[in-house]
Amino acid sequence: MRHPVTVVAAALAAAILLWMFLAVWPAWLVALLGPKKVFVITIFNGITLAGLYFLVASGFTLVFGLMRNVNLAHGSLYLFGAYVGYDVATASGSWLLAVAAGFLAAAVIGVLMQILIFRRMEGDELRQTLVTIGISIVAADLMLWFWTGTTYQFTVPSWLDGAVSTPIITAVRHDGRAVFMMYPLYRLAVLVAAVAIGIALYVFLNRTRVGMMIRAGVDDRGMLAATGVNVHLVFAAVFGVGAGLAGLAGVIGGTALSVAPGEDVRYLLASLVVVIVGGMGSITGAAVGALLVGLAEQIGLAYFPTYGVVLTFIIMVAVLAVRPQGLIVRAA
Amino acid sequence: MSPRAATHLVAGLLLLAYPLVASPFFVFQIGAYSLILGTIALSLMILAGYGGMVSLAQMMVAGVAGYLVAILGTNESGLLGFGWPWWLYVPVAVLIASVVASLIGLLAVRSAGIYMIMITLAVATAFFYFARQNYAVLNGFNGFHGVVPPHAFGIAWRRPIPFYYLCLAVAAAFYAAALYGERSTFGLALQAVRDNPRRMRALGFNVPALRVFAFFLAGVIAATAGVLLVWFNSQISPGTISVAAAIDTLVIAVVGGIRRPAGPYFGALLFAVLQNFAIDLIDPERFNTVIGIVFLAVVLLSPDGLLGLFARLRNAVPTRSFAEPEPARPAGAVPQRSRI
Amino acid sequence: MLTKRRTVMAAALAAACLAQPARAEDVIKMGGLATLEGAFTVLGQDGLRGMKLALQEVNYTVAGKKIVVTYGSSDATPDSAVKAARKLVEQDGDQILIGPLSGSEGIAIKDYAKTQPNVTFLNGSSAAQDTTLYSPAPNFFRFSTDGVQWMAGLGEYVYKVKGYHTVATVAEDYSFPYSQVEGFMLPFCKLGGHVTAKFWVPIGNKDYSSVIAALPDDVDAVYVALGGADAINFLTQYQQSGGKAHLIGGSITVDQTVLGSKGTIRNAVIGTPAAGPTADTWDDPRWKAFTAEYRKAFPDGFPVPSLFAHAYYVNTKAALLALAKVNGDLSDGGKKYREVLSTLSFDTPTGPVKLDHNRNGIADIFVTEVTEGKGGVLLNKVIKVVDNVNQTLGEPEAEFLKIGHPSRDNPSCK
Repeated sequence: MRHPVTVVAAALAAAILLWMFLAVWPAWLVALLGPKKVFVITIFNGITLAGLYFLVASGFTLVFGLMRNVNLAHGSLYLFGAYVGYDVATASGSWLLAVAAGFLAAAVIGVLMQILIFRRMEGDELRQTLVTIGISIVAADLMLWFWTGTTYQFTVPSWLDGAVSTPIITAVRHDGRAVFMMYPLYRLAVLVAAVAIGIALYVFLNRTRVGMMIRAGVDDRGMLAATGVNVHLVFAAVFGVGAGLAGLAGVIGGTALSVAPGEDVRYLLASLVVVIVGGMGSITGAAVGALLVGLAEQIGLAYFPTYGVVLTFIIMVAVLAVRPQGLIVRAA
Repeated sequence: MSPRAATHLVAGLLLLAYPLVASPFFVFQIGAYSLILGTIALSLMILAGYGGMVSLAQMMVAGVAGYLVAILGTNESGLLGFGWPWWLYVPVAVLIASVVASLIGLLAVRSAGIYMIMITLAVATAFFYFARQNYAVLNGFNGFHGVVPPHAFGIAWRRPIPFYYLCLAVAAAFYAAALYGERSTFGLALQAVRDNPRRMRALGFNVPALRVFAFFLAGVIAATAGVLLVWFNSQISPGTISVAAAIDTLVIAVVGGIRRPAGPYFGALLFAVLQNFAIDLIDPERFNTVIGIVFLAVVLLSPDGLLGLFARLRNAVPTRSFAEPEPARPAGAVPQRSRI
Repeated sequence: MLTKRRTVMAAALAAACLAQPARAEDVIKMGGLATLEGAFTVLGQDGLRGMKLALQEVNYTVAGKKIVVTYGSSDATPDSAVKAARKLVEQDGDQILIGPLSGSEGIAIKDYAKTQPNVTFLNGSSAAQDTTLYSPAPNFFRFSTDGVQWMAGLGEYVYKVKGYHTVATVAEDYSFPYSQVEGFMLPFCKLGGHVTAKFWVPIGNKDYSSVIAALPDDVDAVYVALGGADAINFLTQYQQSGGKAHLIGGSITVDQTVLGSKGTIRNAVIGTPAAGPTADTWDDPRWKAFTAEYRKAFPDGFPVPSLFAHAYYVNTKAALLALAKVNGDLSDGGKKYREVLSTLSFDTPTGPVKLDHNRNGIADIFVTEVTEGKGGVLLNKVIKVVDNVNQTLGEPEAEFLKIGHPSRDNPSCK
């Protein structure tokens, strides 16, 4: 217990939050913050949105962690996966197949990018970054050409559609019956998927042989190659998984929201902020960053819409000013 | 006369003579615009090339100066517009914007590489959104229109040719300052900090102060160009300082060549030509592909941008032996940590 | 293609700067400016379809003179619009310019028009009130109508017929939705309606669930002024979250760019009233002919032309009609041409149009409702046609100007 004060404050904050979720709000609190329903749903939205952001950003941070490659075409991979997924969903009628197709399509492109382009300029990160800007400009234009500017929305599969009743009481009717909050099942599913993928990534990196190689590569690329590991193969695999996660997120995000030109930049910016705030290259960091950004965005939208959009970036500036390497820094 | 001086003399004469042969459109929208964009990118080149600090907030600094011109001078948007004379609002705008640049520097110099790129991008994006949302001072989404150059010394500076020469004078002054600065005590110290900050600290230099001062100087350059930019567009809106515009600045500097002051100007010229004419080269709906591919080609072919490309072409022709022997430096010549 | 090749050469010779295209006497040069990049790309493409349609009708020829068209693109920012316009006018030598697409661009182009007195500017589809109401340019003409006009009749319809008396609004936080909300509210409030809450959301926002949660429960309807993908997301999310209030749409909230999207929008929007300068299913022969012509020329377009195609079409049509009247003669810097334009009145696919003293269109506006057409296509059905809507919605100009610029809080009737 190095910081007893911090721990007590955190516990207190958690208790207050828990109480705000469970209790029926007294009048003064409603006067202060508005109806409880708005508050609770906003927090739920923030957390589920964070799930989506984590899905996109985890691939980004994985690639950066190993290769120091800031892939600014990550948003294009997201959009590409979503479009391919949509075509597959329309043709096959299966949403799960669309998720798989989104992952595979983006993964293939990612591997190609690594083999054809990044391998040629290893160690020159600024150039790699700039190349990815060029790729994203061209990719956005070509996708606009092929899929046109129309907005696409996936149909939520019937087993994930609809709303579920949560045990949270938002109000009490005049006759004394409690009104329980309803929440869309799909959004909860996104959160579950994000948590599952996060745990899978963590286990993969920390408990498997390939994961060990990747971590070794992060610490000392040269040494890893010297032990006889085919570093290029590892790099291609990681790039494939990272890109694939973007494509997968494309289908999942496209189902929660929509797919249209411009989403590439939006999710790229979101991933950047998430990963920078959390600490680049760290899966845990991406989770923390996603939570912060998702909550900031939704709370901003609900409670102070005018300057809500600025809030996310203020948080980012503040975090970097205090902790230049992000909140979670990998132990070197 | 050294070959380098000869090159500069020829380039200078060509630039001076340019309006004699070019149409007003080429003088204004290609010539003046390239000089303005080039100067903003020059401020980035100084930070990145000499200081190893890539800042994406230079367009924002230009934008702050531009907004101040609209607010302190006159505009037709019916908001603020204090009507100050140009000899007052120009220096005030440049000074305030440069102070803003130093504040960004103060935030940014603790981080390095990609983190510095991102913290400056975050500041720039925050300002973009703030400008878009704030109607009280910055007039929100619409920004200010009708912001025109003054009528001073009997010359209508809004006309293409005077405006071109104004931009040329500003660009030339900063270009010369950058060349001089490269060899000045401060410039040498900055480059030493780029290459080895620890040794510089050990030698007793105040490294953060040096870096912040570099941000201030680059801020003066970007802010002055920002004044020209708002006059060029005769308006300023959040679109002028969007994320895309911030990244364009980096693209221009890198495509031209981020190691030497001439690079940004070449990059800006290519950018302006492409922006105007790519649409004629191909289907009006597909020209962004052309822009992207040209950009990709330059970055892929030459680590040192257009300047590197020129140097290589020159070296490929043996008769031109007077060319300065400056082959493109291998990518690793500058320590990685400081470059990104 | 001649100009195209010439400009390619111009680009190649940019450094030498020998590019000053010769101005042949038997050719009229026209420019088309729309957003062909960024978020509004689809809208810009459809706008240009409308422009091309008008030109095809006369086979690109007026009074024996060939009309040569060059196109410019903006990304919806005023800077890019002015740059593109400058290129079209000063480099390509266009004597007539059609465009731009969106509001802030329109204001910037109007300003630019003042510096080019010998060039005639006709609006594309931009609909900011300021463009023509405050310090108009003598050579900028708008035969289409503005965002306030587009709402004519809607407030009255939902108050009287639908019986909605309290309304909350959700709209994007910039000038065009401000004017749409104003256009809706002025008559609605006058009748005694109340707008109890306004939500201004940033453009490009996609996740509206928190906004939807914050909407008051006790309103009759929610007025939504969002566009494109933003609208699609709001409408589907509102339906998915079980929203009970009725919906009212702005002019681009339930237009073809939204109704034609791929996916689940259908259930969310049927029955939504809206208003705008066009109506998909008007059974007037003029509109039917226009739609058929559009479908034939652009099989890859929308099922019916969007209001952007319509606005570009109407303005281009005006440009061509006036050109025919002056026999294609622009040799006086277009002075006579502009005199003809300012008194021009003609029949558009949506009824007659003429200009007011600020050169802003006075035209018919349609109150519509979303309905399902043949083959499951979603369409806007005409409920009512409001004749001859002018820029002040029938109020005396002095009275109207007193209301001031529309903004987040203006007008207000809680």
